[in-house]
Amino acid sequence: MSIDTEESSTLALGEINKYDFRTDTPSIFKARRGLDRDIVSQISEMKKEPAWMRDFRLKSLDIFNSKPMPHWGGNIGIDFQDIFYYLKPAEQQGKTWEEVPEEIKKTFDRLGIPEAERKFLSGVKAQFESEVVYGSLQEDLAKKGVIFTDTDTAVREHPDLLREYFGSIIPPSDNKFAALNSAVWSGGSFIYVPKGVSIEFPLQAYFRINAESMGQFERTLIIVDEGAHVHYVEGCTAPMYSTESLHSAVVEIVVKKHGRCRYTTIQNWANNIYNLVTKRALAYEGAMMEWIDGNLGSQLTMKYPAVYMMEPGARGEILSIAFATAGQHQDAGAKLVHAAPNTSGRIVSKSISKNGGRSSYRGLVRVEPGAKKSRSSVVCDALILDDISRSDTYPYIEIEEQDVSIGHEASVSKIGEEQLFYLKSRGLSEAEASTMIVGGFIEPLVKELPMEYAVEMNRLIELQMEGSVG
Amino acid sequence: MSERLEIKNVHVAVEGQEILKGVDLTIGRGEVHALMGPNGSGKSTLGYAIMGHPSYEVTQGSVELIDSDGTRHDILAMEPDVRARAGVFLAFQRPMAIPGVRLADFLRHSVTNVRNPDRKEGQELMPMRDFRSELKSKMQELSMDSDFARRYVNDGFSGGEMKRAEILQLAMLRPRFAILDETDSGLDADAVRLASESIARIGGAEMGILIITHHEQLLEHNIPLQTHVMLGGRIVESGGPELAAELHKQGYDRIRKAYPEAAAAEEAMEAERRLEATTS
Repeated sequence: MSIDTEESSTLALGEINKYDFRTDTPSIFKARRGLDRDIVSQISEMKKEPAWMRDFRLKSLDIFNSKPMPHWGGNIGIDFQDIFYYLKPAEQQGKTWEEVPEEIKKTFDRLGIPEAERKFLSGVKAQFESEVVYGSLQEDLAKKGVIFTDTDTAVREHPDLLREYFGSIIPPSDNKFAALNSAVWSGGSFIYVPKGVSIEFPLQAYFRINAESMGQFERTLIIVDEGAHVHYVEGCTAPMYSTESLHSAVVEIVVKKHGRCRYTTIQNWANNIYNLVTKRALAYEGAMMEWIDGNLGSQLTMKYPAVYMMEPGARGEILSIAFATAGQHQDAGAKLVHAAPNTSGRIVSKSISKNGGRSSYRGLVRVEPGAKKSRSSVVCDALILDDISRSDTYPYIEIEEQDVSIGHEASVSKIGEEQLFYLKSRGLSEAEASTMIVGGFIEPLVKELPMEYAVEMNRLIELQMEGSVG
Repeated sequence: MSERLEIKNVHVAVEGQEILKGVDLTIGRGEVHALMGPNGSGKSTLGYAIMGHPSYEVTQGSVELIDSDGTRHDILAMEPDVRARAGVFLAFQRPMAIPGVRLADFLRHSVTNVRNPDRKEGQELMPMRDFRSELKSKMQELSMDSDFARRYVNDGFSGGEMKRAEILQLAMLRPRFAILDETDSGLDADAVRLASESIARIGGAEMGILIITHHEQLLEHNIPLQTHVMLGGRIVESGGPELAAELHKQGYDRIRKAYPEAAAAEEAMEAERRLEATTS
């Protein structure tokens, strides 16, 4: 059977309810509900991990248990003992889609992943529940020494490289959910781009939660060596269930001297997912780190991608879009730390709230002593579509150096009656007019995306806008 | 009977204050009418009310679109977008900026809807190729740079650019009836002449046009069948093109003297506006 099945070719991007489907997929192994030392040991054992990793997990579990829940952000109503922490969907990872179990392959077909892979990706990882079930990387990149694998495989096959960085950028003690991830992590991407290697097309990982009350805890580590360049894209979806699921990832990135890394996320979780993610990158001399973060769906998202600019000339950019509708709270933001002179950072955050949704921008710009001539600008714009929705801004600025330039601008606007009337007077219905205004509002960020993702992003926004005007 | 837009005894209130106090005006398709009058006399209010601005409440009277076979369409019962699809157009005195939305994308949507009044949301837009070539030729006719269509709608436009963008929309949408609200303001003499020529070319016999203006230059190529003078929320006098010339040269003193009641209403409205400005 060829990959080019009828099924995958009939896929249109952004079909209605495209993401809200579930498949009846038997699992190979499912740990019992709940979280304790036995479960953590069992996960480690299933993965045949070395002792150091098992110990790392157990120590992290202790840290998780000892830490209180964050007192800021949103209401986290998770019963940690009611969640499945590990679900193995397949015996082994496929190198071709034919090797992936049929039901799971169908899921990714419906999500358009194999099609995207053929068209414009350099490599793909597809994670279903706890494990990466499919992985590919273009041959020429592998020959140049590029590593793109799942993190479990990296523990076995690249232990030295992995151990040098794993848990060093985001230690388990960083926050309660980083500790949780460190204890029960499974899957995620491990990427190494050797010196001077530039990867033209994006590498993409797709994370799919299919089961109910599932916890997905992928762990991603990206190492961009000197002068190297990579664009990594992650997509995340899950179907709608009556009980909550939890997605709590940790993403660690190192960008060495004059390297460049762009990390694009487009997540569209179902409305009952808690999405509590820690993402941090270290940028060294003259390096550039960009986070582009599109947050749609979920019950609560708490996510603040960070760039620590460690050496002179490092640059960090965080562009984020959050869309909160009924029953959703997007507590999204960004963090820039200037730890060296002549570093520059930029945060652009756009949020949209409608139908009672709540979006918050929570951001930190910190300038360490000695980080002279550092520059940062923060722009956060909120658009509120009705009277029952809410938007908050929590900007924190900590400056311990005189010779710096830091700018902050924030705006909150309501979708204007005058703008709506203008568009309606030109024949656009109220819904079309609102969608157009929202599309324009996020356009400055969407145009930063590669074309395929920009199209997807616009379609997702249109889906969110559907039925928004009563 | 010819096609026409029939405005009968229209009263309009904004936030409870009556601005229009009974306006009657009939515009036939292919006719040009000029509407003049001092600032605050209610000219723009008439435009907004006909287009259906939610803040402009029509408290009395009717606005109907009448087909050549005599079929009457109640404009006031329609949402603004349905009015546009029925063939009514308002060129705004101060068009709204829509940041992030390219003029071309907006216009393609707009043209598609207006030309296919029954189009449902999500249905196909006009083919890109057809739209582009039509837009390009219209822009050439209006001496507009093709880059203009890629800019965000009215965002950072100069006053003149906004007005030209409105004329471009008029040219693309080809309504049956258009109200041009001070499409000459903010333009220099050359630009007004160009606008006047363009409007004449776009309009022709196919369009009924109501030109709201303070000057006669815009009328140079659009000789009005009738010139109407509004004062205190009413049309107090109608005449030929010579009336526009007179008002442009001599102002409204003669009109105020001739219609003391309307002049008093104008003064009362003005006083109320001043009071509001100081208290809010």
